[in-house]
Amino acid sequence: MSRGIIGCRPRHSGALYLMDLLEYQGKQLFAEHGIAVPSGEVASTVEEAVAAAERIGYPCAIKAQVLIGGRGKAGGIKIAADRAEAEQYAGAILGMDIRGPHGEGPFRVERVWVEGGSDIASEYYASVILDRGEKKLLAMVSAKGGMDIEAVAAEDPGALVKEHIDPTRPFDAAAARPIVDAAGLDEDVRGAAAEVLAKLAETALAEDATLIEVNPLIVTGGREVVALDAKVTIDGNALYRHEGLAELDAESIDDPQEAMAREKGLTYVKLDGNVGILANGAGLCMSTLDVVAQAGGSPANFLDAGGGSKADAIVNALTVIVSDEKVTAILFNIFGGITRCDEIAKGIVEASSQLDLGLPLVVRLDGTNSEEGLAILADAGLANLHQETTMLGAAQKVVELAGGNG
Amino acid sequence: MSIIIDKETKLVVSGLTGREGSFHGLRNRAYGTHLAAGVTPGKGGQEVEGVPVFDSIREAVEEADANTSMIFVPARFAAPAIDEAIESGVETVIAITEGIPVLDMLSTYWKAKEAGVRLIGPNCPGVLSPGKANVGIIPAQFFDPGTIGVVSKSGTLTYQIGNELKQAGEGNSSIVGIGGDPIIGSDFIDILKLYEADPETELIVMVGEIGGDAEERAAEFIAAEVSKPVVAYIAGFTAPPGKQMGHAGAIISGSSGTAQAKKEALEAKGVRVGESPTETARIAVEVLRG
Repeated sequence: MSRGIIGCRPRHSGALYLMDLLEYQGKQLFAEHGIAVPSGEVASTVEEAVAAAERIGYPCAIKAQVLIGGRGKAGGIKIAADRAEAEQYAGAILGMDIRGPHGEGPFRVERVWVEGGSDIASEYYASVILDRGEKKLLAMVSAKGGMDIEAVAAEDPGALVKEHIDPTRPFDAAAARPIVDAAGLDEDVRGAAAEVLAKLAETALAEDATLIEVNPLIVTGGREVVALDAKVTIDGNALYRHEGLAELDAESIDDPQEAMAREKGLTYVKLDGNVGILANGAGLCMSTLDVVAQAGGSPANFLDAGGGSKADAIVNALTVIVSDEKVTAILFNIFGGITRCDEIAKGIVEASSQLDLGLPLVVRLDGTNSEEGLAILADAGLANLHQETTMLGAAQKVVELAGGNG
Repeated sequence: MSIIIDKETKLVVSGLTGREGSFHGLRNRAYGTHLAAGVTPGKGGQEVEGVPVFDSIREAVEEADANTSMIFVPARFAAPAIDEAIESGVETVIAITEGIPVLDMLSTYWKAKEAGVRLIGPNCPGVLSPGKANVGIIPAQFFDPGTIGVVSKSGTLTYQIGNELKQAGEGNSSIVGIGGDPIIGSDFIDILKLYEADPETELIVMVGEIGGDAEERAAEFIAAEVSKPVVAYIAGFTAPPGKQMGHAGAIISGSSGTAQAKKEALEAKGVRVGESPTETARIAVEVLRG
């Protein structure tokens, strides 16, 4: 089955690169692993949505496809009873801006998922997540699904059963059964629910998902257990072994700088400010953002040039940084370990001749071959280049040169 | 003394015949590390600059008495290589490789625990005990022997802080890069325990960053178990807030994970937290000299 078009979006959490899937993409993964989901179609125009609704029949659900929770409360999920309602709701939801429960976003709705209305007898909650503290997958099940599960966990902790999965043993329906029993699901569907929980864990391991959450997991009038929602996060480091997911990932980046950086193999995250940042190593780069902020500046990006950067990597990095029009000054903060400062300096000189930089560059080079690097920069005599010897001094200088708070 | 590696270390490098493996392995030897063997399947019997190469780590243990393994294998083959090292009979495995799929590390982590093998990393710069041994990619020239133990999630930040300590006339018992991945073999607590027991270490510098709750757990451990002074630095105060998909993450981690939450957790237990790498080094020197 094709997983359709775009939707997922990359994000970084420490060293982890994560890719979130849209609901319908997650449901397609579920279906591939034998978990029951309602059938449906994805649509990106009102006409497509109405045509899908006509094929599926009424009532049908029209659901905004955005990577944030709280869609229902924001008006992003509607049940259409007929063609006129399908048209009205699809028109209202497509193009809507949805904010997350903690103010995230806004996320613009670019496509909807149209699926057959479900006959809901009960709503449960089920998830499988990587618990990095315990170094195990954690399974969670509750009979109180369909609502804010964080509130359930806070107000009635006993209603949410949490159990770690033993990584040295298979997690099949028999192993999942005690969790389902403890959660007090309806007795007649416990076998089926245990089966679903085992398959969710299997999906996580097979697809390199660090999170799979289903809320609600419903019981239908016919006593079938069906996943009515899907939140799935995939580990970006594992995309090499998931061709379909990797395609989704490549198509998903809508920010031009992030797309360019990805193409050039750079770790880049766009921010809102005007101080372009380049450092080597994720930790030093994060620290550089912090120090620039402490100096009163506003970073435009996170860019880790990585270990052992050579001159051409620096040219690529500068190309990405200056393509963001908000940037008014750039800070290079390099502490050479494996990275050699003379290579960095050569890259700066080369980039200055290739690109029309025209922006002040503040450069702090320390560590391996820093003297050679500084000599190369001095010889080049670049007019827009300012050398600083310390990280704090460099941060203050670049904030002063960047001016304002873009 | 020092921790994890010293003059007794006998290193076997997986991938010694490769470009990265030979560069760093021989660099480690030039520093004074006893490089006992290399391993590349199918190349047993060869030598790299006088270092014998074996087909398996187990052979390197049996024939060359290796007790510490360094892994430089590419990400997609790294977990099986770490597993091989764990089962080979070495005491310590130091995995430098970055980008290993996190779920691959689930079973590997527990294999190491079960076998009683100390795993450092992956995605880490390795371990340096100044004046004794260097295993990994830490540039040794920025560190002198001394009494400050460093444990860090980040490589370059560690070099930055180490260099500032050196300029202030202080040195290190050991520097341990534990790596920044979600699942790593040894956490802050594992290394804090070793420094607490190491007579040469008088003060510990801990360098953390956003994500997970290892710093919060370490704060609890420091309050309960560590008698030596600890100074910390946390990177990532201005990192973009990662929005969370779903609610499961919030349920298991609560508010932890942000730089601010980590700083507060550490300060609540009496650990001084520097605002910048420079200030952290300054505080460490000040506390050490009383």
